[in-house]
Amino acid sequence: MAKVKKIIKTITVDVEKCNGCRACEAICSAFHAEPKYSTINPERSRIRVMRHPLKDIYLPVYAGEYTPAECMGRDKYIIEGKEYDECGFCRAACPSRTLFHEPDSGLPLKCDMCEDDPPQEKPLCVQWCINDALIYEEREEEVEEDVQIDDIEIGIKSLADKYGIDKVVETLTRMSQKS
Amino acid sequence: MRYAETGYYLEVDLSTGSIERVESDPKWTELYMGGLGTNAKILWDRVPPEIEPFSPDNLFILSAGLLCGTLAPGANRTIVSTISPQTGLMAFSMMGGFFAPELKYAGYDKVIIRGKSDKLVYLYINNDKVEIRDASHLKGKGAVETQELIKQELNEPKAHVAAIGLAGENKVLFASIEQGRSSCSRAGIGAVMGDKGLKAVAVRGTKDVNVARPADFIKECNGVLNYIKYRADHPIKNMEAIFQNLGSPQEMAIVDEKWHTAGFMWGNVRTRRKDFWTEEVEEQWKSVQESVRTRLISCYNCPMKCGALISVPESPRYMMKCFSKLTYTMAAYSDLAFGFKIAQMATEYGVDGFSCPQVMAFALELYEAGILTDEDLPGMPSDNEGRHYWLLDRIVRREGIGDILADGTYWAAKKIGKGAEEYAHNNIKKIEQLPLKLGMLNPVYFLMYSTGEKINITQIEGQFPQEPFSTMEAREEFVSDWIQVPDEKFKKYFLEWNPRGENSNPFYPTPEIATELVDWMERMHYIDDALGVCAGLSSFPLKPPYHIHNYPRIFSAGTGIDMDEESITLAARRNRTLIRAVNVRRGMTRADEKPPEDHWRKRFPDLENTLLDVYYKFRGWDERGIPTKEYLQEIDLGFVAEDLEKRGII
Ligand code: SF4
Ligand code: SF4
Ligand code: SF4
Repeated sequence: MAKVKKIIKTITVDVEKCNGCRACEAICSAFHAEPKYSTINPERSRIRVMRHPLKDIYLPVYAGEYTPAECMGRDKYIIEGKEYDECGFCRAACPSRTLFHEPDSGLPLKCDMCEDDPPQEKPLCVQWCINDALIYEEREEEVEEDVQIDDIEIGIKSLADKYGIDKVVETLTRMSQKS
Repeated sequence: MRYAETGYYLEVDLSTGSIERVESDPKWTELYMGGLGTNAKILWDRVPPEIEPFSPDNLFILSAGLLCGTLAPGANRTIVSTISPQTGLMAFSMMGGFFAPELKYAGYDKVIIRGKSDKLVYLYINNDKVEIRDASHLKGKGAVETQELIKQELNEPKAHVAAIGLAGENKVLFASIEQGRSSCSRAGIGAVMGDKGLKAVAVRGTKDVNVARPADFIKECNGVLNYIKYRADHPIKNMEAIFQNLGSPQEMAIVDEKWHTAGFMWGNVRTRRKDFWTEEVEEQWKSVQESVRTRLISCYNCPMKCGALISVPESPRYMMKCFSKLTYTMAAYSDLAFGFKIAQMATEYGVDGFSCPQVMAFALELYEAGILTDEDLPGMPSDNEGRHYWLLDRIVRREGIGDILADGTYWAAKKIGKGAEEYAHNNIKKIEQLPLKLGMLNPVYFLMYSTGEKINITQIEGQFPQEPFSTMEAREEFVSDWIQVPDEKFKKYFLEWNPRGENSNPFYPTPEIATELVDWMERMHYIDDALGVCAGLSSFPLKPPYHIHNYPRIFSAGTGIDMDEESITLAARRNRTLIRAVNVRRGMTRADEKPPEDHWRKRFPDLENTLLDVYYKFRGWDERGIPTKEYLQEIDLGFVAEDLEKRGII
C-alpha cells in the first residue's frame, strides 16, 4: 500500500479542568443536526461527560467505533481512589449500552471531528469548552493508505448486524421502490 | 411545530394519581414568554386568594425557562412557583443546575402539581413514561442522599432529581428544594412540596429541543460566549473582587473575605466587625477553603464555575454555591470550618441558607435577653457551635422550641411574644433578608427592597453600580464600553452621580431617575426569569453578556416569534404587573412595601414616600401600589382588571 500524508487530529482531555457543564454535548448534538444547529439533544452527542458529581468524577468520552458485539469481559478502573463506571473509558458504540446510539433509531454515533465544508477552525466541542478541558491539536504524519468507510456504511452495517443483511436489503429495496 | 419550548405541560394530581400531558397555548409565549411569566398566569387563573398555601388546591409548579435546553449559554433555570406559606403571597424561587434542560428533553416545559398524596411519593418522568412512585423508604432521608438513592433505584445515573429533606417533610417555612449543585430555597417552597407528600421529582429525557432560526440563533449564542470570554479577560476595574466578574458571586473561588466579614453583620444581623479580617484569619480561612473545596463546578451549558464540590472530613460530600459558606459562619460568630460543616447538615436537611442561620441567631439572642429561658431550651448544649447544631436539629424536626422557630423569625416572634418582635428585625414582608445594615439611604435599593415581588434583593443586585465612582476619569472609563445600557441617558446619570455633596445619595438619583434604573434592573430580571437564563449572566452582574439589545434577537431566533426591544420590554412589564396583581389580590398593601426598619441608619420618610409614588405611577399602578384598570387593559391584562373590580379592589 502507498504511503500518504495524513493529518492527525488530537483532542487532549484534561479532566481536572472539566466543570461538568456539558456544553460540549449540547453543541455537538446541534452541529450534527439537520439543518445545522436546528435541534439540541445531548443524547445525540458524540461526546458524553460521565458525571458523578459527588464522587468528583467528570470524564468526557468521545464516541469511537461501532462494534457489533460486546467485549468478552468488562473493565473497571480505580484511579486515585475514584472508582469509574464499568466500561467507563470505552469509546465504542456497543450493543451492551445505549451510550453513543441515536435515541430513536438506535444507529451508532461516532465523533467525526466536526468535518465541515469549509472546515471548522477547531471541533465545535473544543470551541465551546472555554475552560480548556478540551484542547485540539493537529499534526502531519506519513501513514499507509487506508480504506475509509463512511457513516452510511457504518449505519447499514450495524442494522445488518442487528436484523440480518437480507432483511436490510429487502427493506431498502422496498423503500426505493416506494420513493 | 413549537420552537424553544416543547409546547406541553405535565399535569399531575397527587390526590387522584391522575397524570396528563396537556398542550399549552402558543399565544401565552408571546404574552408572558414562559417560565416565571406563564407560572404567574397559571397561578392567577387557578389559585384564587381563598386558597391557602397548604390547601390541596394550591399548585406547585416546576417550570423550565423558555430557552432552557437550547444552546443559549446559562439557560438552565427551573422556576418553582406556588403560594408561599411564609408570606401568603406568590413565591418564585429558582434554581440552576441541570433539571430544567432535562425536563425539556423529556418533552415538557412545566410540571404542574395539585392535590396531596396520603403517603410519601416521588414523581419519575422518563420521556413519555411518568409514574408516581412510593417514597416511604426515603422518609427522613437527606435531600442530597435522596437524589443519589433515587438515581440508584431507577438505575438511571443521568437522571436529575429535585428533592426535599427533613425540613420540607416537616413543613419548615424556610425549607428548600435541593438539586445537584443547586437549590431553590426562598419563601418556603420546600414546605409546600412536603405538604403535598412529594419527596422528589426525578427527570430523564432524550428528545430534541428545536429552534426556529438556527443560523441566527447560533450566531447570537456565539456572541454571548465570546463576550463571556472577553469579560474573563477584562474584569471591572476599581471594584471589590466580588463585583469584577460574571456569574453568581464567585464565593467558591474567592478566599479573600475582607469585604463580607468586615462589611456585613454578624450574629442576628447586629454587629459589624470592621477589624475582623487579619492576616492570621486570612491564612486560616484560605487553608480551610482550599482543603474542603474539591472542584469548582458549573450548571448546564455554562462556562462559569460558581459552585463547588465540598468534602468536609468525616462528613458526606455536598455541593455549595455563593454566600452560604458565610451565612452560618457569621450568624454564629464562628469560623469557616464551622460554616462548611454545618452547611453540609443544612443542605441535607434542606433549609434556606439566608433564613436558617438568622433564625438560630435570633433564638440565641432571645435567650441572652431572657425572653427564651432554659425551660424553653431544655438540653441545649453550653458551647456555641453545639448550640447551633442542636437548634438546627430541633428546627427541622419541629421538636420543642424548634416547632416555633421552624416558622421563621416573623411568626416565631409573634408566638413567643414578650417583646420578641423587636428581635425579628431583618425581614421584608416576613422573609429574612441579607445580613446587612448601612448608613445612607440609597434610593434605587430602597425601591428594589420595598417593592420587589421576589422579596429577596441582595445588595449587589443589578447592572448599575451600587456606589458612585469618585473620579470623573474612572467614571468615563467605566461608561466607555457600557454596551448594556438600554439608553444613553443612563451613562449620563452615572457620570453625574457623586459620592457626596451635590448629586449624591439620597436625593440623587432623583426619584424619577431611580425609577428608571429600577425599571431597567427589573426588566432584565423578568426577562431572565421567563427565559430561564441565569441572572449571573444577565440581570445580576455589571456588564453581562445578555442585555436588552441582544435578548430580542435571541428570543426571536429561538422561538420564531418576532420580538423587538419594545415588545420584550412590554412582556416583562406585563409579567411584573401580573405578579403584583396576584399579590394585591392576596392582600398585599403599600404598608408592606418597606425595607427592614434598621437597614439604613439615615432614613428620609418624605423622600421615601415620593419614591414609592413616582415608582407606582411609572408602573401604571395607583397610589396604593395596585395596577389601574386602564393600565391593565392597555397591557392585555383586561381579565385581571375584571377580577380585581369584581372583588372591589379597584
Ligand atoms: S464543555 Fe468542557 S468543561 Fe464543560 S463538560 Fe465539556 S469538557 Fe467539561
Ligand atoms: S469533535 Fe465534533 S463530532 Fe467530535 S465530539 Fe466534538 S463536537 Fe462532536
Ligand atoms: S453563571 Fe454560575 S450560577 Fe449561573 S448558570 Fe453559570 S455556573 Fe450556574
